[in-house]
Amino acid sequence: MNETITKELSESQIDQDLLKNVNWGGKFKLWLAFLAVSLIICLYYYYQQLQNGLGVTGLHDYVSWGIYISNFVFFVATSLIGMLISSVLGLMNVSWVKPLARIAELVAVAFAMVAGLIIITDMGRPDRLLNVFMHGRVQSPIVWDIAVVVTYVAISVLLLYIPMLPDIALCRDKLKNVPKWQQKMYKFLALGWSGKAKQFKIMHNYTRILLILIIPIALSIHTVTSWLFAMTLRSGWDSPIFGPYFVSGAFVAGCAAVIIAMYFFQKNYKLKDYITVDHFDRMGRLLVLVALVYVYFNINEIIVPGYKANTADAKHVHEMLYGHESVMFWLVQLGGLVIPFLLILFRPMRRPLPLTLISIIVLAGAWFKRVLIVVPTQLTPYYPIQNVPENWTHYSPTLPEIAITVASFILVLLIMTVLAKLFPIIPIWEVKEEINHNKK
Amino acid sequence: MANKNDKSRRKFLQKLGVAGASAVAGSALLLQGCSDSNKSSGNKVKVLTADNKLVEVDVAHLKPGDKIQDLSYLQERGREGIPGKKFVMVVDLAKCKNARKCMKACQSAHQLKPEMHHLNVLEMEDPVRDTSYWMPKTCQHCDNPPCVSVCPVDATFKRQDGIVLIDNERCIGCRFCVAACPYSARTFNWTEPKNSEEFAEVTYDMELNVPQKKGTVTKCAFSADRVREGKLPYCVSACPNGVYYFGDQNEDLVTNGTTKKTVRLSALLDNNAAYTLMPELGTKPSVYYLPPRESKG
Repeated sequence: MNETITKELSESQIDQDLLKNVNWGGKFKLWLAFLAVSLIICLYYYYQQLQNGLGVTGLHDYVSWGIYISNFVFFVATSLIGMLISSVLGLMNVSWVKPLARIAELVAVAFAMVAGLIIITDMGRPDRLLNVFMHGRVQSPIVWDIAVVVTYVAISVLLLYIPMLPDIALCRDKLKNVPKWQQKMYKFLALGWSGKAKQFKIMHNYTRILLILIIPIALSIHTVTSWLFAMTLRSGWDSPIFGPYFVSGAFVAGCAAVIIAMYFFQKNYKLKDYITVDHFDRMGRLLVLVALVYVYFNINEIIVPGYKANTADAKHVHEMLYGHESVMFWLVQLGGLVIPFLLILFRPMRRPLPLTLISIIVLAGAWFKRVLIVVPTQLTPYYPIQNVPENWTHYSPTLPEIAITVASFILVLLIMTVLAKLFPIIPIWEVKEEINHNKK
Repeated sequence: MANKNDKSRRKFLQKLGVAGASAVAGSALLLQGCSDSNKSSGNKVKVLTADNKLVEVDVAHLKPGDKIQDLSYLQERGREGIPGKKFVMVVDLAKCKNARKCMKACQSAHQLKPEMHHLNVLEMEDPVRDTSYWMPKTCQHCDNPPCVSVCPVDATFKRQDGIVLIDNERCIGCRFCVAACPYSARTFNWTEPKNSEEFAEVTYDMELNVPQKKGTVTKCAFSADRVREGKLPYCVSACPNGVYYFGDQNEDLVTNGTTKKTVRLSALLDNNAAYTLMPELGTKPSVYYLPPRESKG
């Protein structure tokens, strides 16, 4: 049934291959140290921001949401892929995604968790965070957003954890040369798993409930994130298609992120037999599909207001197509979306390395796309920008702002690599199950 | 169109002259019902107690200093607003000569840095006549305020007297209100506010929104502190050109800040083809504009 894993593999071979990466090698420690040092440097800039206020950023009264918010949207977007791969495709019994489900879920957990932190870096008064819970008002989309992001993180963590129980038990039983705390952790997290049929049944049931539950919640988190903009009266944001537009864009970013992660894990953990060339090929096709849907929404997003050209919309569309934002706009649309998906149509481009390189470009494009959604609308307000410093008519992020944004990426890498070192990145029991199934 | 407008305006102003004298006297009393800091003894005034009851006391019994330094009293009073009132502003664009005294008065009252505007006098293009005119733009104190809807913590709110205020003791600085306001009426304390050390010990009064706080949003308050004392807003009083009228829609009277003449609000609006900014957005502003009669220059 699982046609992507073709090589004959014995169970002990699988155990050995897939548990191999669970260790703390010298190379990994070096990587960890590198991430930690970079994070500390970036956090110094956040300390500066806490001291001196958001004035250390390039934000001002006219662009009061900049790359923090764009980055937040990007992170929420990327995290949505967990839902598409493990849930939608999983429930449809698309079996080739099974070895990738954990990677997708890892991307989902890491990006969604850090998204919550990014929002805090954008707050003028992070010390008053608790006000949201003490004085929260239900009609504010921010309150909805916090509610669904927290729920999504919780369910994604469960969706990462529960199907991992048999593998955690395997770690508990097989990994005898790991540090004591790690052994204790496996013992604790395995919840006394002994591989009984009844346990499998309970696990399958819970997983299924979560897989169904996560679909509306994932759709909500990105729809509500789009509503932070769509619920305003600003032209460029005031658009009823923002919900589906954001969701479709999210899958593009997420697919690209998963492909990059796949490549990284395949190379570093020597998983060629498990993350195969065929997996890349299929992920490439998935990327084409979601990119096409996103292109469709992008066309709607520009052509409909551009054709009618009411005063404010015309200005906004003009800025995008020919004006101030046009260079970034066309780079993102053509370079980050159209050309990549056209390239991926050709089979050689779906091989691991070219596909990964294209995915990096797509992911970068997706990040700048979020900036294009957030910033230009604010630069074309209904009333002219006057009697303010000259640089308030445009927006350029400052070093602290960029460093704090970089910190969010470092955090994602930290979370992903640490989790991938503590637990097998490929669902071992599922691979075995598939192979046994195939043998019959 | 412009001529006809001229004529009716002149006629209106003549009538106004007659009514003016009596109106001036009235205007002094206009906003006094809500005053709690009138120091001349013998007068009875209504005050809001700490437990939110409106009581009438003799002025001599009041010790304003006490209460003015009590944050919880000020917070409660600020959210409550002034019962029975609905404050409105009328801006006569024909009279605006860009003197900017209003902006100055506003910035000094609210401790704003030069680039921060509760009130901004904009040079607006008139696409029909291909000229430009000056347009003072304050918070519109909308009856359907988008900023209030989006605030996650109820830091910005609409009072019963129509004034939209912000409580910078509660604001978390998310700036959703800044993004949501189609009039770009809000400004943010990106850095340490002006004279923050000097004001460190001052009790926060949300009706004045001073002291300003780093990391919070600030906005035009229709000078709620002055209005409470029965005075006209800072900008309205500072204007040398008679641009601003301010008053109570329930009483249908507004007072010009320069001439101190009080006129009928409905007549002023009807006779001068008054309009509000972007009415199609459904925000229902409390600030009315009278069209720029002549082009500038």
